[in-house]
Amino acid sequence: MTETARERPTVGFFATCLVDLFRPSVGFAAARLIERAGYRVEVPRAQSCCGQPSYNSGDRKAARRGARRAVAAFHGFEHVVVPSGSCGAMFVRHFPDLLADDPEWAGKAAALAGRTYELVDFLARVAGWRPEAARPPSGSVTYHDSCSGLRELGIREQPRALLAAAGGPELREMEGSDICCGFGGTFCVKYPAISEAMADKKIDSIEATGADAVVGGDLGCLLHIEGRLSRRGSAVGARHVAEILDGGEG
Amino acid sequence: MQADSARFPENVAAARRDETLLGALHRLQRDARAGRAETVSKLPEFEALRDAARDIRNGALANLAGNLERFEENVVANGGEVHWCRDAAEACAAVARICREAGAKTVAKGKSMVSEEIRLNAALIDAGFDTVETDLGEYVLQLRDETPSHIVIPAIHLTKDQFAETFRGAHDTLPEDRPLEEARAITDEARGALRDVFLRADVGITGANFLIAETGSVAIVTNEGNGDLAQSLPRTHVVVTGIEKALGTVEEALTLIRVLARSATGQEISAYTTFATGAKRADDAAGPENFHVVLVDNGRGDLLAGPKREILRCIRCGACQTVCPVYGAVGGHAYGAVYAGPVGSVLTPALSGLEKSKHLPEASSFCGACEGVCPVRIPLPRLLRMWREDAFQAHLGPKVLRWGLFAWSTLTAWPWAYRTAGAIGGRMLRLMAMGRGRLTRLPFAGKWTGGRDLPVPEGGTFVGKWHRRRGK
Amino acid sequence: MSAARDDILAKIRAANPGPAAEVAPGPIPARGRGGPAELRQRFYGGLDAAGVSHATVKARSEVGGEIERFLRELGAAGPVVASEDPMLDGCGLDRVAGLRRGVPDAGDAVSITGTVAGIAETGTLMVRSGPDIANALHFLTDTHVAVVDAGCIVGAYEDAFALLRAGGAPMPRNVTLITGPSRSSDIERILQIGVHGPRTLHVVVCDAGPAA
Repeated sequence: MTETARERPTVGFFATCLVDLFRPSVGFAAARLIERAGYRVEVPRAQSCCGQPSYNSGDRKAARRGARRAVAAFHGFEHVVVPSGSCGAMFVRHFPDLLADDPEWAGKAAALAGRTYELVDFLARVAGWRPEAARPPSGSVTYHDSCSGLRELGIREQPRALLAAAGGPELREMEGSDICCGFGGTFCVKYPAISEAMADKKIDSIEATGADAVVGGDLGCLLHIEGRLSRRGSAVGARHVAEILDGGEG
Repeated sequence: MQADSARFPENVAAARRDETLLGALHRLQRDARAGRAETVSKLPEFEALRDAARDIRNGALANLAGNLERFEENVVANGGEVHWCRDAAEACAAVARICREAGAKTVAKGKSMVSEEIRLNAALIDAGFDTVETDLGEYVLQLRDETPSHIVIPAIHLTKDQFAETFRGAHDTLPEDRPLEEARAITDEARGALRDVFLRADVGITGANFLIAETGSVAIVTNEGNGDLAQSLPRTHVVVTGIEKALGTVEEALTLIRVLARSATGQEISAYTTFATGAKRADDAAGPENFHVVLVDNGRGDLLAGPKREILRCIRCGACQTVCPVYGAVGGHAYGAVYAGPVGSVLTPALSGLEKSKHLPEASSFCGACEGVCPVRIPLPRLLRMWREDAFQAHLGPKVLRWGLFAWSTLTAWPWAYRTAGAIGGRMLRLMAMGRGRLTRLPFAGKWTGGRDLPVPEGGTFVGKWHRRRGK
Repeated sequence: MSAARDDILAKIRAANPGPAAEVAPGPIPARGRGGPAELRQRFYGGLDAAGVSHATVKARSEVGGEIERFLRELGAAGPVVASEDPMLDGCGLDRVAGLRRGVPDAGDAVSITGTVAGIAETGTLMVRSGPDIANALHFLTDTHVAVVDAGCIVGAYEDAFALLRAGGAPMPRNVTLITGPSRSSDIERILQIGVHGPRTLHVVVCDAGPAA
């Protein structure tokens, strides 16, 4: 192959604020996967938060500002990839709605929505990439379907297909993998008792599989589950699917 | 006794201590998931039927005025009468007047959420009518002076021992030595007591699942058969229902019936789907001489005119409650409203004001499970978000959250500042964690750390590190 | 007529400024279509699933004998009341001891009625009220025996309504789609059969010959 980096299609990577501020390593793992799938990754400095906290708290004005900022930062990329179904759904589903009555931005938001993908959806469906089954499988994981990715972006089979192709770790399905973990953004601090009850149900299902770790595509859910697992003294870990697929290479 | 929406957080705390309730909710949600999945798998056209059901309800709302006029015309042509009521008070007064004119002593009531909404029982009892709920669940709730906690399984929060204990307290003729341990015995006890009510009732009141304009028919869907006895034996049949239920044709109702029970109980169809058209005909063998339909607006017209009109598509199957993880964690009573769960959190602010019920639209993780099962595809999270926007505009939320959001959205408007502040914040958290991966307590973050550890940031920011490493 | 009526309708009209909407009913499921033999099999399967016992007789005159057998095996005791539906004429109902025809009362143990149709889609019966049928016959007794004419086994609910309303016949006061005996899961979601309506539902299909 004579393909050079310059000729590769470019992906604009939106890290999400949780990856940016809490787990940069997840961002690097995701970027390596996109590169391995044959794309060049660019990370615009102008990115920050997609505006979802404002949007879901009823502050439509601030949400529109966030949407315009993101649309501007990612204008012109052939593809935009987001390692989160929840932030990805903001780009795909909600920006066009938020900016629908803004003549300057409506068209750009709609165009961006059509070019934006959640990470594993992009890898599995757009890039048609499959990990090479490199090492023998070690350990076991269970997959949590984060709500936005599942219900707003249709992500269900994609991560499972990629995990299966990777050959390991072993995937053990939990009961009710599609039931909310109780994170819900600001919901988890507005109604902590309900949020923790939901997390406990999720963790009961996770622990019943006997898996070493819960894997998911949304860092918000994972930090929430991890925080509750830790409080319960559980040995189960929480990992982003990008870290598992990346195999933890440097 | 009615819990209060304004006390939602306190109601939640009480619910979380009620092990009986939590067990019942857990079993309900677990079994209903499996039940719905099985029923839906047997009907390949189910998703297409949901689309059709949505379109039928949208069409019915668009044609509502004409449908209601035609419905009235056909009810009158079949010897019935229609009463239009703007609010709960007018509706209760209309029903009380009908009962009075019928010379009624006893009123047998079938299940009707609208009658809960307008507090019809209390009004009729105040007016001196012996008014008895006849749905098994509603009957025990009436005896206990409680409200339904689920649209289709009203007494889901009660155990069979509580049923038995209630009947022992209320039924004078129940011998003390008759065992009431089994659900069968409890059911038979209620059947016997309520059979007398049906036989002596002068008026039967039912709700309506659908009104059919082309025929003037009222369709009700039940499993027990109480709604049928209540509209067959008494001399007068009164239907109490919301104006939004009017459809054009019988065929439209049949499409909705295909999705209703499958969504509500996981049955393919409920045991009884009954169409009542007018009063007893002159040559009929039996039937009610008088037929009245009480149409209740009670805020529906206003909803129809506003951005949340899609909630009026609702056919009251309760699927959104059954699937909702928040409902599953707290039960119906915590909402402090007639309609609990996602549909209730959209309806209640419209019925009783947003200020009083401001918690309800907030108490959702926006997981979307409700929209995923709604047979008429109501975008419940979107409608809840609209209420949050209204609440934000009206400054109804906690100040600290408002300021926090303002600070965050202001900071994120300057990506460099946001990233610098984020990195500094992360460093502070790491210092506080003293080398451990998590914090168990954090000032100003007790709402998180009360029940969860806070995983500590790795350090630095992704975007900052990326540009340093990749040299761009 | 009333101020409330005007107010409500005005509010609705103001909320709906557009033209009337076209509304189409949804698709009829494939399970509601098929040839006569197929529909009968599906109807029987639906009855089984709904907890309804059933038997088939070859001639109308055998219906009474089948009902007599069924009630004897069930051990049903008490008065039996049948509707005056002409469909039950010539069914040999005189073989059922203590039977009377007309309107039911509280002491009746068994009711016998005809049906408008059997519906294959879900093993559902369509029954109606009328000059010959008191509606309570379908709900008041512990045991309900319904007679279905095999020629009236149809595929979908819509087909049953088409039979009912054939030739522009008006809706009777009551039409009910019955699927299985009365039931409730209100007590701890434990299924109980026979709450207010019948505990036992038995269907006798009268199949005089191969379907046309």
